[in-house]
Amino acid sequence: MSRTWAYLSNYLIYSSMAVYTLSFFAHAVETAWALRVTDATSSKRFDYKRTERVARIATAMMILGFLLLFAGVIARGISAGRVPWGNMYEFSITGALAFSGAYLAALRRYDLRWLGLLVSIAVLLTLGTAVAVLYRPSAPLVPALKSTWLVIHVSAAIISGGVFLLANAVAAAYLYLDSMESKGERTAWAKRLPSLEYLDQLSYRLVAFVFPLWTFAVIAGAIWAESAWGRYWGWDPKETWAFITWVAYAAYLHARVTVGWRGRRAAWLCLFAGSTFLFNYVYVNVWGTGKHTYSGL
Amino acid sequence: MTTNVELPDLGGIGLIRYAWRQLTSMRTALILLMLLGIAAIPGSLIPQRTQNPMAVSEAFKNSPDLTKWMDRFSLFDVYGSAWFSAIYILLFISLIGCVLPRALEHFHAARALPPATPKNLNRMEFYSTWTASGNELEIAREWFKSKRFRVLEGDGTLSAEKGYSRETGNLLFHTALILILLGISFSSLFGMRGEAILNVGERFVNTPTSYDSLAYGKLFKDGNLESFILTVDKFDAKYNVVTNAPEDYTLNVSLLRKDFSTLEKHVIKVNSPLAIGNTKIYLQANGYSPVVTVRDSKGNVAMQGPVPFLPQDANLRSIGAIKVPDADPQVGFVGSFVPTYQRSNGNGAISVFPEALDPRLLLSAWSGDLGLDSGTPQSVYRIDTSSMSQIGLKSLKPGEVFTYSGGSITFEGYVQWVNLQIVDDPGKNFALLGAIVAILGLLASLFTRRRRIWIRAGESIEVAGLAKNAAPGLEQEIAVFIKELKGEK
Ligand code: HEM
Repeated sequence: MSRTWAYLSNYLIYSSMAVYTLSFFAHAVETAWALRVTDATSSKRFDYKRTERVARIATAMMILGFLLLFAGVIARGISAGRVPWGNMYEFSITGALAFSGAYLAALRRYDLRWLGLLVSIAVLLTLGTAVAVLYRPSAPLVPALKSTWLVIHVSAAIISGGVFLLANAVAAAYLYLDSMESKGERTAWAKRLPSLEYLDQLSYRLVAFVFPLWTFAVIAGAIWAESAWGRYWGWDPKETWAFITWVAYAAYLHARVTVGWRGRRAAWLCLFAGSTFLFNYVYVNVWGTGKHTYSGL
Repeated sequence: MTTNVELPDLGGIGLIRYAWRQLTSMRTALILLMLLGIAAIPGSLIPQRTQNPMAVSEAFKNSPDLTKWMDRFSLFDVYGSAWFSAIYILLFISLIGCVLPRALEHFHAARALPPATPKNLNRMEFYSTWTASGNELEIAREWFKSKRFRVLEGDGTLSAEKGYSRETGNLLFHTALILILLGISFSSLFGMRGEAILNVGERFVNTPTSYDSLAYGKLFKDGNLESFILTVDKFDAKYNVVTNAPEDYTLNVSLLRKDFSTLEKHVIKVNSPLAIGNTKIYLQANGYSPVVTVRDSKGNVAMQGPVPFLPQDANLRSIGAIKVPDADPQVGFVGSFVPTYQRSNGNGAISVFPEALDPRLLLSAWSGDLGLDSGTPQSVYRIDTSSMSQIGLKSLKPGEVFTYSGGSITFEGYVQWVNLQIVDDPGKNFALLGAIVAILGLLASLFTRRRRIWIRAGESIEVAGLAKNAAPGLEQEIAVFIKELKGEK
């Protein structure tokens, strides 16, 4: 029974990778056409209809990939008889799910299709690493992980992570376009992308939106640590870096709201804060010591 | 090079006031916060005594010069160090000095009405004007009321404001940070935390001498220890047969409370500690204690009972020491216990499963001076064999006897031991309350838009709006308002 679910999960995850790859190609084609057709010197008119059609295919594939991955994560959970967050393979597939989910959710409010290429590459790389390097057979949880707080704490942390990384992608796009603009005009294809001000605001909104959730994730972790280990805070490396991430984002929000930082400086700070999150995920899980090393590596 | 900075002549009190103002400025608070974040980094990269004492002593052995130098800066005790404490105490003071006055100010301002309608509304961001039709002011009044704006009436004009909860939330958040810090300091002053290793079947009386390690807050007194007696009845560990990983630990205990009248039965698990008053008992770790009987050459029992061994790997290969100071000459056994025995080439005996399916006790016997009277404290898991000589080596199954010159040792079997952590953390509820308030405050402050809308009615109607912090959405709101005024729905 559980073996069947584990196989099913693997198939679903492979298929989602295939579909994300299709999405990646569609995004690549859209970008390539946009690059070629909007060449400012060319007399050809930009054929929006054609690119619009591929853009839609790309997004549809992204949604399909998301659904398959979602099913794969759920099947993994069923196979192990628990939430699928017990080792680094499972964190990675769920993290990829959260990241593409955050992108699709943001897509409902903002036209972010230009980010799709980056998002599909990132998701594919994450899933690829998960499948090739981090894969572990499905197994039950060690006693310390058996808690409702696992569900609450980890889901909040993973969703926050997805949105933080999306904010990072937007901030990176800001910096790229900003450096392009500071050298003169935007290259033709980049004219289609949103204004710098829009990107600046967008990355702020994403951070402001999830900062309370991240705060909650840290607190839920502390409550769980209290019930499992007898202390709610012990400066374990994972906890320490969660705190550092929290401080970095608080500094970012402060810098914007009270000091009035905008643009380039704010984007760099945003990237810095996001990198502390990634560092925590990669370094502390793989090389770190402490109570939080459940990577299964 | 000298530059003359012109400093005002401050005098003593002036200087203190100046320092206080500097310390409690928001910039200082933020710098301190960033500093705290940065100061936390080394402790996550360098092993810490509180978390990984083995790795610390390893480091001291490997590079004594460097580590001695690092130790001077408390780099192995970052989170308890003077410099780390200094940062958060300063942050604490700075936050109080910065947030409390603002909170009071806000408390007064919260009941204030919005300021009067400015003269030139057309300078505002959102401005619109049209010819009056008559009852706009009434409609506006109703609309503001239904949308719960605060309204200041003027002569033919209304000034309305909404979104005070942004500041309220913000102040709640910052005040809650103070509460969290208060809770943490309260715990470290009045709390206690100790650990005790107990064999199954053993009794624990909650007095300082029963602990293997015990730390008090500065203001905690011995008499504050909750009085109870706990007996370890049973311990079950379940392991996955494929991965060997632990799946479940269940500890059954009997408890006698303060009045020592009724015996209660309780279950302790990893995620569900036992609470006795404010004291909580956590199941932290477990292992095996081989049970041995040591006899002298005449057959008299020199030592008998379980001896806790320390697990070395996931399959619970454990090491320990059996010391018999009462024998003459003294004997000691350096031991290794494997719950499920297998021979491996190169490594000698290893354990292939954490459950005791085929237990072995491997002993190396030593005779001489155990050095227990030398005054230097010794680990109970190790023997200083420097003034002893080896008298034998043996691998025993349960029930087997190893006879050496001068006596014998019987491996009777084993019991399991558990490591209990006993904690009284009186500040944690403040910290939790602070954390909840902090989140609510954050939500209020990040998701509330503060904005003003004005209307002036004369021959023509003028409507204008202003959003604080460039909050989005006011344009749409004003559009709805204008439709309402024009009766367009
Ligand atoms: C000690 C003096 C401090 C003062 C006077 C202060 C003041 C402020 C002010 C005025 C705001 C902007 C409110 C608004 O206009 O909406 C703010 C926002 C904020 N502060 Fe502080 N703060 C202080 C310390 C801290 C600390 C230590 C933290 C720790 C994390 C922190 C975290 C935040 C956050 C997360 C926000 C939300 C930003 C936003 O509205 O987007 N503050 N603070």
